[in-house]
Amino acid sequence: MTALLSIVGVGKRFGGFVALDGIDLEVQQGERLGLIGPNGSGKSTLVNCVCGTLQNEQGSVRFADEVLDGLSAHQRTRRGLARSFQLPRPFATMTLAENVRIPILYSVNARPQGHLRGAAVDERCLELLGQVGLLAKARQLPRDLTQIEMRKLELARAMAAEPKLLIADEAMAGLSHTEVDEIIALLIRLNEQGVTVIMIEHIMRAVMEFSQRLAVLVAGKKIADGPPKDVVRDPEVVKAYLGE
Amino acid sequence: MASLADRTAIAGVAPGMRALPFVLALAAVAVAIFATFRWIDNSYAFFMGYVVLQYIVLGTAWNILGGYTGYVNFGVTAFFAIGAYSTVVFHKLIPAMPLPVMILIGGALAGLVGLGTGYLTLRLRGVFFSIATLALAVVVQTLITNWDFVGGARGAYVLRPRVAPLIGGEYVQYLFLLMLGLCVIVLATARSIERSALGYGFAAIRDDEGAAEASGVPTLRLKLIATTLSGGFMGMAGAPLPYYVTYLDPASGFSLNYAVNAIAMPLIGGTGSWLGPVIGAVLVGGLQEYLRVTISSAVNVLVAGVLMVAFVILAPQGIVGLFKRKKK
Repeated sequence: MTALLSIVGVGKRFGGFVALDGIDLEVQQGERLGLIGPNGSGKSTLVNCVCGTLQNEQGSVRFADEVLDGLSAHQRTRRGLARSFQLPRPFATMTLAENVRIPILYSVNARPQGHLRGAAVDERCLELLGQVGLLAKARQLPRDLTQIEMRKLELARAMAAEPKLLIADEAMAGLSHTEVDEIIALLIRLNEQGVTVIMIEHIMRAVMEFSQRLAVLVAGKKIADGPPKDVVRDPEVVKAYLGE
Repeated sequence: MASLADRTAIAGVAPGMRALPFVLALAAVAVAIFATFRWIDNSYAFFMGYVVLQYIVLGTAWNILGGYTGYVNFGVTAFFAIGAYSTVVFHKLIPAMPLPVMILIGGALAGLVGLGTGYLTLRLRGVFFSIATLALAVVVQTLITNWDFVGGARGAYVLRPRVAPLIGGEYVQYLFLLMLGLCVIVLATARSIERSALGYGFAAIRDDEGAAEASGVPTLRLKLIATTLSGGFMGMAGAPLPYYVTYLDPASGFSLNYAVNAIAMPLIGGTGSWLGPVIGAVLVGGLQEYLRVTISSAVNVLVAGVLMVAFVILAPQGIVGLFKRKKK
C-alpha cells in the first residue's frame, strides 16, 4: 500500500539558516500522526512546505499519488490537504457561517464531483458549525468568540474543505484541560470519519492520547519516528527536550 | 426546527431581489431620473448630474478593488485618464466613431492596464500596493504630458456636436444619458459580485490572504479579476470626459480631485455594499457642487477630505454601516 502523504528528502533554508534538512516522513491513509519538536525545530516550516505556503528547495512531497511540488496552496487544498493555523486566522468581517462557506465555494465546488448550490451550501455551513458546537453563533462575527471557539472555527473551516488529510497546527495551545479534551475528541471523531490527521502539538498529554505514531523534529531533522511510548523513551528525544 | 427561510438567514445569505429584477428596477430608476431631468430642462442640472453620476461609476469601480478586495488604489487618475485620453486619440483618428464605442475602447485599455498593474504588484500588499499605484499615476501622467499627439502639456480640444444624437436636445444630455447607463451596468456588476462566490472570494482576500489561499481561494486570479474590472470601469468613467470639458490637459485629466473623491465617496457611503458609493457620491458630490456655486470652487476638495477623515474615525462602516447597526 502506498502512503497517502509521503515527504521525501524535503529541505528548506532561509538564507544561511537550514530550517529543514532532508526530512522523510510517510503518513498512511486513516492514520493519526503526532508531530512534536522543541520551538524552532521546523514543524511549522514543514507544514508550510507540505501545504504550499512555502516551496521546498530540495526533495518532494507526494499526496494521494500525485507530486505536489510547484503547486500553490489553494491547489493543494483543492486536492484534499487542509490545515488549521497555529494562531487562528478567521475571516474577521464575515459571520461564522460565511467563514466556513469559503472552502465550500472554492474547494469542494472546485472538485469535479462536488457541486453544492443555493440552500445546500447553507445547510452544509450549519452542519459544519453544528459539528464543532458553534451552531448557535452562526450569525456572529469571529470577534465575539472565546479562544476555544476560535480554535473550533479554525478546525471547522479546515473541515469545510472536506480534506483527506488535516494538519492541525497547535490547535490546543493556551487551552484549559477540559478544552483540550474537547478538541481531542473532535479530532478523533473526524479521524473515525476517515480523515487522516497530523497533530502538531506541545501539550504532551494530548499528543500521547491522540497519536498512533509519533515523529520528532529537532533542528530541522527528524530524529525519531515510531510508536509514541517508544519514541518518548528514545534517548535522543529525551536529550533534545531535557538536555544532558 | 427553523424554517428554511430562517436557516438561510442564519447562514448569512444576502436577502433581497434576484439579479434580473434588480437590473430592471435599476434601469427603471435610471429612466425616471432621466425623464425628471428632461422635464426640468435645465442644462446646469445636466452638467451637475453628470459629475455625480461620474463619481458613482468611479467610486463603485474603486470599491470593487478597495472595498471588496481590500487593495487601496491611489492611482485612480491613471485609469480615469487612460479612458479620457483614449477618447482624445480616437476623436483625432476616427472623428465619426460613436461615443459608446469610445467608452468601450477606453474601458478595455484601462482594464488591460489594470491587469498589468495587478501582475506587476501581485506580491505587494497593504500600503506597498497603494504606493505602487501612486507611482503608476505619476508614470502615466508623465507619458501623457510628453505625448505630442494628444496635445502634451498644452492639452487637446475636443469639439463636441451641438445636438445630441438619437435623443435630440443639448449634447450634455447625451453625455448624461450615457453616464446613467454606465451607472446601471457598474452597479449591477458590483451587486452581483457581492452576492456571488467571487464576492466571497474577494472578501476572504481582504480579511486574510493566507487563510483564503489555504481555503482554496485562487487569490492571484481573483486579484487580477478585481484590478481588471476596477481599472476598466474607471476608464469607462473617464472616456466621455473630453466631450464634457471640450478641452483636456494633463492637469485637469489627472486632477487630484478624482482620486480623492473616488476614495472618499465609498468610504463615506460604506465600502461593504454597492449602495455605499452611490450614497457617498450623491451626498459629497452634491455638497461639493453646492459649495462650489455658493462659496468657492476650492472648498470642494476640503469637503471630501474632512468628511473622509471624520467618517474613517467616527463611522468606519460608512453611512450604510450606520443604518445597518440601527436596524439591529
